[in-house]
Amino acid sequence: MLLTRHADSVVEGMSIAAFLVGARRGLIYLRGEYRYLLESLQATLQRRREAGLLGTSILGHAGFDFDIQIHVGAGAYVCGEESSLIESLEGKRGTPRIRPPFPVERGYLGFPTIVNNVETFCAAVHIALHDGAWWAAIGTPKSTGTKIHSVSGDCARPGLYEYPFGTRIGRILEDCGATDTQAVQVGGPSGVCLSAFEFGRRIAFEDVPSAGAFMVFDRSRDMFEVARGFAHFFAHESCGFCTPCRVGTALVVKRMDKLAAGRGSRHDIDVLFELDKLMHAATHCGLGATACNPLRDTIAKFRPAYERHLKSLYFEPAFDLDAELSIARHMTGRDDPAAHLEAAS
Amino acid sequence: MTELEQSFSLDGEDLPFHAGDTVLQAATRVGRYIPHLCWHPDFAAHGSCRICTVKVNGRAAAACTVMASPGLDVESDTEELNAQRKTLLQMLFVEGNHFCPSCEKSGNCLLQATAYQMGMEGPHFEEFYPDRPVDASHPDILLDFNRCILCELCVRASRDVDGKNVFAIGGHGIGTRLLVNSASGRLGDTPMALADRAADICPVGVILPKRRGFAVPIGERQFDLAPVSEQAKGTP
Repeated sequence: MLLTRHADSVVEGMSIAAFLVGARRGLIYLRGEYRYLLESLQATLQRRREAGLLGTSILGHAGFDFDIQIHVGAGAYVCGEESSLIESLEGKRGTPRIRPPFPVERGYLGFPTIVNNVETFCAAVHIALHDGAWWAAIGTPKSTGTKIHSVSGDCARPGLYEYPFGTRIGRILEDCGATDTQAVQVGGPSGVCLSAFEFGRRIAFEDVPSAGAFMVFDRSRDMFEVARGFAHFFAHESCGFCTPCRVGTALVVKRMDKLAAGRGSRHDIDVLFELDKLMHAATHCGLGATACNPLRDTIAKFRPAYERHLKSLYFEPAFDLDAELSIARHMTGRDDPAAHLEAAS
Repeated sequence: MTELEQSFSLDGEDLPFHAGDTVLQAATRVGRYIPHLCWHPDFAAHGSCRICTVKVNGRAAAACTVMASPGLDVESDTEELNAQRKTLLQMLFVEGNHFCPSCEKSGNCLLQATAYQMGMEGPHFEEFYPDRPVDASHPDILLDFNRCILCELCVRASRDVDGKNVFAIGGHGIGTRLLVNSASGRLGDTPMALADRAADICPVGVILPKRRGFAVPIGERQFDLAPVSEQAKGTP
């Protein structure tokens, strides 16, 4: 939305940042999904060059030379991590770098680099136009300013909403027309899953921090299936670089699919907790460390949703032996009781 | 050997280090063992296997990427961290196809040796049994991708030492794969040679010379003679 309707603000914010840090070169990373914006963004940049707002000696300031290129890349969830984004900008696989050195010391092609999202650059413009005190007066003392939320899911009016920090979850639900809400996933898959008794909490760094996503689930949803969807998402988005995330996210999927197939037991839930602990402690970046967040939250807050999927609360093997024998039965043309295991019914 | 004046604590014992050392480099220099797979003394840290994860002043970090500094309190050989290492090793075992008894690398394999060291007795997790065909197209070198642990040492050696860029990584998630950089995807169509650094860098049994099987009998191989923990001698 900011790149569609407020591209000038984004570019202005980048120019302010360049002026402050002494950068001569800026890059906009445009994900493949947003390829359709390329021409209009190019036009914005060109218009600003002609107006003397990009290029050499911007607005007559000798030495303030700054221009912007647009890089179109495939993008990936992990490219939200700044060093992965830089790797991708350099034409490599999007995998997080070892830090330190941080991008501000050694970033794109080894040059000092700052990486910010479009929302931050727009905020910088507002702060430059008004002043810091004006911005600080919005929100809470610890979380100043506003946050844009991408509201989706079970609500009458999904869309983009801008609120000051400190806004109640319940207020957002009322505004988007959500009724009979069971849970809200705030901050995307890596964020936090809140149940109804927490809707009085507020969006703020000191309470519920958010990267902007706000997904609403009403009472018709099976929160186990929601968590299973996120598990598949992380297994798909894992860059595959480090062992605990590459294998751990796939093992989580196997356990969740086993539960979904009705072959799970309480033991599987314990294994999921073990995997969560390991991934928190050992992954290379935040993707793996937070991959089990939706799982942990939903097990803690919606445990009956999990237990409904358990065949028994005790140990069950990972496969159904009688079902495994179906090929042998088919080959021998038998399906009589003697061709089944005793336990099967 | 130059005078080492600075030191940090590793499992309660003082460990001297050179300026610019990582925790793992400093430990290896004096023969202290921190389990690792993707790290090699001749190459820059990679930080992907996570086996060398230690606690630095209470916070988890890979020993191969943390810079040594005076007064650090590093824990490595603890029940908790070794249990975590065992789990990571089990993940690597179930991810690939590792049949030690029939593997030419058995006894010389860092994965196998580290698993013994960490007391791993079984896979714990369900096996993935991936389908990874071998590549026998090269006249002198066999590639058995079943054993790959994605440490990227061959990628780095071929690119940074041999200047040939024979290997690459493709895919993502559990589908991440070691690839051969040729139009056909086969090793026979690359300039790789037996004398390349990449040909003898593999810590497991992916890259093997042809016609040299079992030259040293099992039982007399590197890690048969002494456990991996007793072979952590770096150069001073």
